Amino acid sequence: MSGRAAAAAPPVRLRLGGGSYDCRPDESVLQALRRQGVEVPHACEKGVCFTCLLRCTGGSPGGKAQAGLRDSLRLQGFFLACQCLPESDLEIAPAAADDLFVAAEVASLRDFSREVRQLRLRPLARFEYRPGQFINLRGPGGLVRSYSLASLPESDPALELHVRRHDNGAVSGWIFDRLQPGQRVEIQGPSGACFYVPGDPTQPLLLVGTGTGLSPLLGIAREALSRGHRGPIRLYHGSRTRWGLYLDGPLRALAASHPNFDYVPCASRDAAAGLRRRRADDAAFADLPSLSGWRVFLCGNPPMVAAARKRAYLAGARLQDIYGDPFELRDLRRRPRA
Amino acid sequence: MTTTIYEQLGGDAAVDAAVDIFYRKVLSDPRISRFFDATDMDAQRAKQKAFLAMAFGGPNRYTGRDLRSAHAALVKNGLDDSHFDAVAGHLQATLDELKVPAALSQQVMAIAASTRGDVLGR
Repeated sequence: MSGRAAAAAPPVRLRLGGGSYDCRPDESVLQALRRQGVEVPHACEKGVCFTCLLRCTGGSPGGKAQAGLRDSLRLQGFFLACQCLPESDLEIAPAAADDLFVAAEVASLRDFSREVRQLRLRPLARFEYRPGQFINLRGPGGLVRSYSLASLPESDPALELHVRRHDNGAVSGWIFDRLQPGQRVEIQGPSGACFYVPGDPTQPLLLVGTGTGLSPLLGIAREALSRGHRGPIRLYHGSRTRWGLYLDGPLRALAASHPNFDYVPCASRDAAAGLRRRRADDAAFADLPSLSGWRVFLCGNPPMVAAARKRAYLAGARLQDIYGDPFELRDLRRRPRA
Repeated sequence: MTTTIYEQLGGDAAVDAAVDIFYRKVLSDPRISRFFDATDMDAQRAKQKAFLAMAFGGPNRYTGRDLRSAHAALVKNGLDDSHFDAVAGHLQATLDELKVPAALSQQVMAIAASTRGDVLGR
């Protein structure tokens, strides 16, 4: 049966933020909420601009309300309020991440290199995430930084973060110099749409990252492999020198034990044997001139991510198959000189 | 029974098939790529799709005034007939690539041509 029966059908109820609202037949969720005085950001009302994105936490928003959304958003229940004519009751939450921080405990600290440290945090409450998403960590003085998750929830009870030490970085300095195992910290999240989406285990995956942009890519690769992904997975990690390729050994081992996983270490200014002497994105696009049908993940240096996104699209990848979470530039800001 | 040119072309599915071919051509053309801000490619692709839907005779979301205001800043930055012709050339090439019959393709190009004055702010 399609469409809603007219007069006889009970009215559809919408629940949002403790309130309950009715939704008339042929009225969108956006129209219904606004009619009843609930402000929802919106613009085009044609399903194009995505301004009215809401999240469905109970019930089904229907396919049309999720058409054109990325798979990762769809899986999390996001839908377009202006395109949603609900057939049955819905529970709705605002799309914006709520501002709640939760407590976590430092499980371990380990230096991958002089510049990059692995930080594992054990959340003290239930914490669901997808590897590749990011969390916000509250540091000293309330400063907040975002870190991507490299761990796999099934195999690690802790969240694995890769932290690069920045010159005068207030939060990274605190993580390197102050943080101790067992210490309590506060985190918020997870956020971000950069994660593995099951559905087509044969789809080829290209992962390109620079610096600690490797962290989400490692999470994505781990999840793909653990879910039995059969298509090729090619991970390009780039740095200026070999010293920035902080997981070279483990990734070579991972590649040796998984025939469909390739690891390509790239050092743009280092002639060491066994490394590609070019940027990771350049190496990837040279190796893979056609990305038609590929899913592409780009993480790290924001200008690299932006340029690689365009190159991946021109090489044939669909835009909705290109994911990227450029990591925070805020960390790069220096303290003003005294 | 008459069907619209949009239906003859294949409707929304035809627009979907065309949009990536068209947008890739536009983005790779150094003569015009500077007019297509690639910082938000999802939004740009949606705009190209709306434009194609209009050129294909589909449900019309654009008015002449929309086209005029949307392109006003680009005209200030030097958008002129040569750029319009380049985009039109990519539209024609897209239609050719999709093997759209000449009779239909001519109608699409005529709709696109009718926007020249508004796009160039004349």
